Amino acid sequence: MVEYRDQNAPPGGPYRWGMVIDLDRCTGCEACVVACHAENNIRISGEEEASKGRAVNWIRIERYWEGEYPNAQVKFMPVLCQHCGSAPCEPVCPVYASYHTPDGLNAQVYNRCVGVRYCGNNCPYTVRYFNWFEPHWDEPLNEQLNPDVTVRSVGVMEKCTFCVQRIRGAQQTAQKEGRRVKDGEVTPACVQSCPTEALVFGDRNDPNSRVSRLSKDDRGFGLLEELGTEPSITYLKRIK
Amino acid sequence: MEARKDFFLKKQKRAGEKEHWNLIQKTNDDLLSPMFETGRSYYVVVAVLSLLVLAAAGAWTYQIKTGIGQSGLHPPIFWGVYIASFVFWVGVSHSGTFISGVLRISKAEWRRPITRIAELMTLFSIMVAALFIFVHLGRVWRFYYLIPYPNQRQIWPNFRSPLMWDAAAIFTYATSSLIYLYLPLIPDFALMRERVTGWRRPLYRVLALGWRGTQTEWRWLGMAMRIITILIVMVMISVHSIVGFDFAVSLVPGWHSTIIPPYFVVGAIHSGMATVVMGLYFVRKIYRLDGYIRLEHFDKMGKLMLLITLLWSYFYFVERQVVWYGKIPDEMTVLDSILYGPYAPQHWAMIAFNSVIPLIALSIPRFRRWPLGLMIVGILINIAMYIERILIIVPSLGHPRLPYAWGRYFPSWVELTILVGSFSFFLLLYVLAIKFVPMIAIWEEKEGILHGRYEER
Repeated sequence: MVEYRDQNAPPGGPYRWGMVIDLDRCTGCEACVVACHAENNIRISGEEEASKGRAVNWIRIERYWEGEYPNAQVKFMPVLCQHCGSAPCEPVCPVYASYHTPDGLNAQVYNRCVGVRYCGNNCPYTVRYFNWFEPHWDEPLNEQLNPDVTVRSVGVMEKCTFCVQRIRGAQQTAQKEGRRVKDGEVTPACVQSCPTEALVFGDRNDPNSRVSRLSKDDRGFGLLEELGTEPSITYLKRIK
Repeated sequence: MEARKDFFLKKQKRAGEKEHWNLIQKTNDDLLSPMFETGRSYYVVVAVLSLLVLAAAGAWTYQIKTGIGQSGLHPPIFWGVYIASFVFWVGVSHSGTFISGVLRISKAEWRRPITRIAELMTLFSIMVAALFIFVHLGRVWRFYYLIPYPNQRQIWPNFRSPLMWDAAAIFTYATSSLIYLYLPLIPDFALMRERVTGWRRPLYRVLALGWRGTQTEWRWLGMAMRIITILIVMVMISVHSIVGFDFAVSLVPGWHSTIIPPYFVVGAIHSGMATVVMGLYFVRKIYRLDGYIRLEHFDKMGKLMLLITLLWSYFYFVERQVVWYGKIPDEMTVLDSILYGPYAPQHWAMIAFNSVIPLIALSIPRFRRWPLGLMIVGILINIAMYIERILIIVPSLGHPRLPYAWGRYFPSWVELTILVGSFSFFLLLYVLAIKFVPMIAIWEEKEGILHGRYEER
């Protein structure tokens, strides 16, 4: 991984934000999806656009069925941007709209994006969403946009940010107090809303954080990690 | 006795020279006539094509005003008709450079009536291709972010991105093919400067660069053309390789393959040759240039096409065969959808048009001497090559590794209008060019007459 010099680096070295998703705990309730929509000013796609496959869900619950009808079993898998350490979307962007932050986030610079959409093609997780039209919210949803989050214009790519607005807020507070962000101090909207605590967020560079400890679990794997993308999200699943 | 023989030979030579002189004058007149004689049907064609181009311009304006959502694109298929058209038109642009460049290098005499027709195609199709980059952008009004210019934010474009390589390649190719078209036009411009009257005269005076036809000028022109010909053949190979890199360097199953860049070059030449044959047919038919574009030219073009068809079929077979034999699951979902799945009808039509029909037809010597037949094969190959671009892009993108995200794609009316408009734009530029440049390089044709005369002696 590339090392960056960051003059605002916290004591004890940079952060590396990551997540653990416990598939054995996920019930597929989609609370995370709703919370993400509310937090991140995700546009209303509408019935027509959604039927064209243009619904935006920065985090989505993938459902997979096993077996035939009477004995069918549903498996849920929340899929969001994996904030890859070696992200396929980053080198292909001709204008550096997709880039890697010093604290391990895969960031999207909306006002730099020109909309060539190569990143969307090259993302093996298909978690990048495009603004096909100028975004809109039905009344009165347009009154409750989150002021901390950019409203993306037509023609740019967007995706999960790990709720970067919350991360930056906590980092600034910690910096003022001359300390590192404590474990559990930052929770993205999806993590906050998960009733079964299937999602855990934290700093992977802190060996004692919950994320670091959980990701060492025997059940851990990275989604499509065989592609060498070095995802920041560890999934946990018991193998029967 | 000696004196009489001498006198007789001189007389014969004079007669030959007079005949030769008449032939040269006839060549001048024949090849310049399309520029001076304009029928009513010409205006009708121009009007119809202009209307279609205007319709496409309207559709594009509508798309810019409302959003790129007017296309049929949606995740996971972020690229569709626009990129397929871009690749297709870059492919067509290989006609000029390959045919005229390679034939010039190999000093093939039969190239003479073909080079100009092919070189014009190169320039116009690369222009249409470049247009599709802009049509495709989500925020086309921010296109200048792609240009490396010093700016206050001190942000440079990302030269690791294949799209930047692409932009550089297209720009290089467009510039060099313009030079490549222009150089052999200079003597013809000089000829037109002498012939035309009215507003076109000052134009040609500038374009002819003061050409007087001295021995030194011819030597310099020959040298310049030798240099640019060799360079442009190399540029041609690199350009479509780079377009191939757009796909090959990605992680997408069905794209990530080492054979894609050379395969793209061969495919480009395939469609380029097909387009040149179509151009030859129509220019010959409409302007009655049977004496210049002769059956032997179609025969030789047919042989070249046969060779490229074989090459293309070989590359295609290798590309599919290694995937099929390896049975890598991600790649197999894409291949299955093409071979037996929803894309099978298009795929097998593509194989028939691109490989089977040309192989059979072009192997028959009498078929190669049938211009209409060759033109039809050219149309079939071009249809097939367009399907092939779609089949590279859509099924691969439609089957990402997580099956939950799989999707299908069908172009919207905006995309189809712009597609039709791009064909019309290409044809319109071509039809307009007929009135500005001779479709057959006159001096090269005359040079051919001279060469032929020397060979006779």
